[in-house]
Amino acid sequence: MEVIKIKGTDDTPTIILDKENGIFEISGRSLPEDVTTFYEPILNWLEDYQEEANDQTVFSFKLVYFNTASSKLILDILMKLEEMHENGKSVLIKWYFPEDDEDMEEAGEEYADIVDVPFEQVSYTL
Amino acid sequence: MDKSNVKGFLEFVYDFYRSMKAHEITLVYEGEITHQITKAFTSLTESNMAKESEANSVQKKVFHVMVECLQNISKHADSFGSDDFLFAGRGIFMVSKGKTDYHVTTGNVIENDKIEELTAMLNHINGLDKEGLKQLYKSQMKEGRLSEKGGAGLGFIDIARKTGNKLEFHFLPIDESSSFFLLTSSISRNA
Repeated sequence: MEVIKIKGTDDTPTIILDKENGIFEISGRSLPEDVTTFYEPILNWLEDYQEEANDQTVFSFKLVYFNTASSKLILDILMKLEEMHENGKSVLIKWYFPEDDEDMEEAGEEYADIVDVPFEQVSYTL
Repeated sequence: MDKSNVKGFLEFVYDFYRSMKAHEITLVYEGEITHQITKAFTSLTESNMAKESEANSVQKKVFHVMVECLQNISKHADSFGSDDFLFAGRGIFMVSKGKTDYHVTTGNVIENDKIEELTAMLNHINGLDKEGLKQLYKSQMKEGRLSEKGGAGLGFIDIARKTGNKLEFHFLPIDESSSFFLLTSSISRNA
């Protein structure tokens, strides 16, 4: 499968989707001008990946900021991963948050409530 | 401009300057709100807050609120048909900094037939406590679809959650079909 590597900017996140090396990561800031267009290739990639997923997929979110429009698209990504989990694949979400950022921690808890997929919260120091 | 006009204009500028100072306004803008404007204003305010050593959590909240407010205008400020009446994506945007709070105020023209729905939505949000807002946010995210303009109806809820304060809003009548919608969000500086 092709590798997706998007370098982050001050309003779009860094994204790496690399099946061969087992790296699945979204990090940085997310407030793109057009969220739907920005996340479309990511969702399409996951759709294809589902068909031939690795034995285990550890998907990391390491966001420092996302706007409300992005929050909906992040949920769409999580729901794709939930689907994979339901189809018997091993999936783990790692939600990283800066240790003093309660809002980001809570955002992770809320997503964990909504989707039925193994979910791990990881705090880190900036 | 003849002499008296020049004088009138200078007085206006000075009055404007003084009233900005009196209201502790640190940023004011009128016009089209684009993505570039949103980025410029948020980074300007971020660097000002950092310079003034504002608490991290306050900086984050102000940033959140500014982004959602600016995107509300760019996505929802109404456009009216006639040529001399183009308000699409336009509005006034203000940030003021008082001793205890930051205030982010937006103003834009909306059609009168949207007032009822908007009022109901804002009153509903203002009537909820922390837990209620959380539940509403979750259900909106799950069920709400992104509108064609990319709004998910989450902005107001997010502002109420992040600030912990009620959303202050007013509608000032313009004519029989439109009104000016003002919204102020307050962010406490005592983190």
